[in-house]
Amino acid sequence: MKLKVLYFAALREQLGTSGEDIELPSGIATVAALRSHLIARGGAWQSALAEARLVRAAVNQDMAKPSAAIKAGDEVAFFPPVTGG
Amino acid sequence: MKVVVQAQDFDAGAEMRALQRDPKVGAVASFVGVVREVPMTLEHYPGMTERALHKIVEEARARWQVMDCTVIHRTGALKPTDQIVLVAVASAHRGDAFAACEFIMDYLKTQAPFWKKEAAGWVEARAADDQAAERWAAHEVESKNRLG
Repeated sequence: MKLKVLYFAALREQLGTSGEDIELPSGIATVAALRSHLIARGGAWQSALAEARLVRAAVNQDMAKPSAAIKAGDEVAFFPPVTGG
Repeated sequence: MKVVVQAQDFDAGAEMRALQRDPKVGAVASFVGVVREVPMTLEHYPGMTERALHKIVEEARARWQVMDCTVIHRTGALKPTDQIVLVAVASAHRGDAFAACEFIMDYLKTQAPFWKKEAAGWVEARAADDQAAERWAAHEVESKNRLG
């Protein structure tokens, strides 16, 4: 299935991209599974996304837990814990 | 309810006066966050940011009597003494205005997708901010227990 993945702040810089359209193999149905899929690319992907404490996610612009479901056409974002205000 | 994400500065006094027009308003509580000590750049997630702020305001309206509310958050390059954020809440009485204002600010700190970067690097999230937001969740449980 196809979906859009966005990266912000420190993750965007570490990965060298602000986002991508991605075609996922079947069986990847949650935020956590997508993150594992990206970590498996190795290199910067592994170092930027491996530490769970430093990675938050949103699905269709709502904060999402690792167990949140993802489906074709979704906009999924990964970013560090927020520091506004 | 007004939620704005913008690069330019804001006039906190004018924003607060705008919340006083309804003669039923008896209290306007506000918070202004200011850049402390070092310059920074604020990045955000366009679209989600506004959506998250609106959700936080709606949550505050569900908990307290909020007659009107303004949230303005700046993005881009900011220097020490610059204003970053305004939260202003109008209510009939001060208790609701104070509580809703603090709640919105605490949730904004942990739920709204903004990230600060200084010359030394990206600012790290503080555990104290998570704890500040979590105490409102505990507060809600306590209120329900008392009522129940």
